Amino acid sequence: MDLPVWQAMYEELGPKGFVPIAVAFDSAGKIAAEPWIVAAKPTYPCVIDMRHIVAELYDMVNVPNAVWIDERGRIVRPSESAGATDAFRTLDRKTFTMPEESMKQMQAKRLAYQNAIRDWVANGAASKFALGEAEVLRRMHTPGDDDVRAAANFRLGEYLYECGHREAAQKYFDTARRLRPENWNYTRQAMSLKDPANPLGASGPEFWSAVDELGDRKYYPPVEDI
Amino acid sequence: MAHNSTDLIYGERVTPGVAAEIRDRALWLRGEDLQRASGWIFKPEGFCKDEVCIPVPPARAAQFAAGGRYNLAALAELLGQPIVADEEHRVWCFGAAAAERARKLKSLEAPDFSLPDLAGEMHSLSEYRGKKVLLVSWASW
Repeated sequence: MDLPVWQAMYEELGPKGFVPIAVAFDSAGKIAAEPWIVAAKPTYPCVIDMRHIVAELYDMVNVPNAVWIDERGRIVRPSESAGATDAFRTLDRKTFTMPEESMKQMQAKRLAYQNAIRDWVANGAASKFALGEAEVLRRMHTPGDDDVRAAANFRLGEYLYECGHREAAQKYFDTARRLRPENWNYTRQAMSLKDPANPLGASGPEFWSAVDELGDRKYYPPVEDI
Repeated sequence: MAHNSTDLIYGERVTPGVAAEIRDRALWLRGEDLQRASGWIFKPEGFCKDEVCIPVPPARAAQFAAGGRYNLAALAELLGQPIVADEEHRVWCFGAAAAERARKLKSLEAPDFSLPDLAGEMHSLSEYRGKKVLLVSWASW
C-alpha cells in the first residue's frame, strides 16, 4: 500500500507546492479503508470514493493509477500506473516471496516514478515529465460506448450491494467486467464483495487465475517515459 | 403498464422511491419527479437543464411526453446515455454518455469532485488550485 510513500513525498515536496490526493476505491466505504488510513497517518487529503466516481471521471482502471494536475487545474499526465509494474507476477504464491531481480526492478520503477514527480515539482511545465497537450491526448484513453455501459453496470451493482442485494449485484459487476476486461477496479472490487467472510478475495486464487489469463498482456501497461 | 416505486440513479444523483410507469423500455415520470431525479424540466422548447435545451424530434414527440408524464429513457437514448435496469429490485441506472465523457476528458480540464475523508470532512479538487496535484488511487482490497 502506497499511502506512506505519498506521505513522505508530501513532507518533502509539500513546501514546494505539491499535494497528493489519495482516493480509496472502496464500495464498502470507511470500514474497509479505515485501518490503512489510520496506520499511514496521512496529513494530505485521503478521501473515500465508494462509488468509484474519480475512476470514472479520470478513466482510472487499476490501483495505483495516477493523474498529474498542474496549478491551473490542467491534466499534464493522464491516468497511468503510479510506479507499479508487473514484477508482482513473479511472486511465489506459496511462500509469498519474490525473486531478487524482480524486487530490484519493482523498487527501481517506484523510485523512478517518485523522481519524475520531484522533477515536475522542481521544474514545472519545463519538466520533461509534464507532457504537452498533444502528448497527453495521444496517451489518454477516451471512453467509448462499451466503457460507459460498463460503468453504468458497475454503478447499478454497487447500488444493489449497498441495498443488501449481494447476489444481484454480482450479475452487474460481471457485465461490467465483460464489457471492460482491462478495468481491474471492477474485477477486484467485485471479488472483494462476493463473500463478506472473505474480504481478501481480491488477492486470492480467483485474482491470480484472472492475472494468469492475461498471458503476455500486461496487468500494468508500462509507462513510456518513466 | 406497471405503476412502480422505482429507484433512479442518474449520474451522481440517487432518487429512491419514484412513482414511475414502466412500459417495455420506457420510463414515464411526472414532471416534478423528472426534475427531482434528473434535473431536466420539460418546456415548450424541449427538455431543459441549466442553459441547455434538448429539442424533441417532432415526429416522435409522443414517445417523450404524453398525459403529463415524460419518458426519461427516451431522453437518455436521445442523449446517448447508457441505461441499465434491474427489474426485480426496480432500479434504473442512467450513466454518462460516452461522447460527453470523452469531450470533457479531451478538454484536459481536470474534472472537479467532492469526497469525504475518514472524519467525514469533504475535500474538492478545486480547493487545491495553485498546487501541483498527484491524484492517485488505492484500495483496501
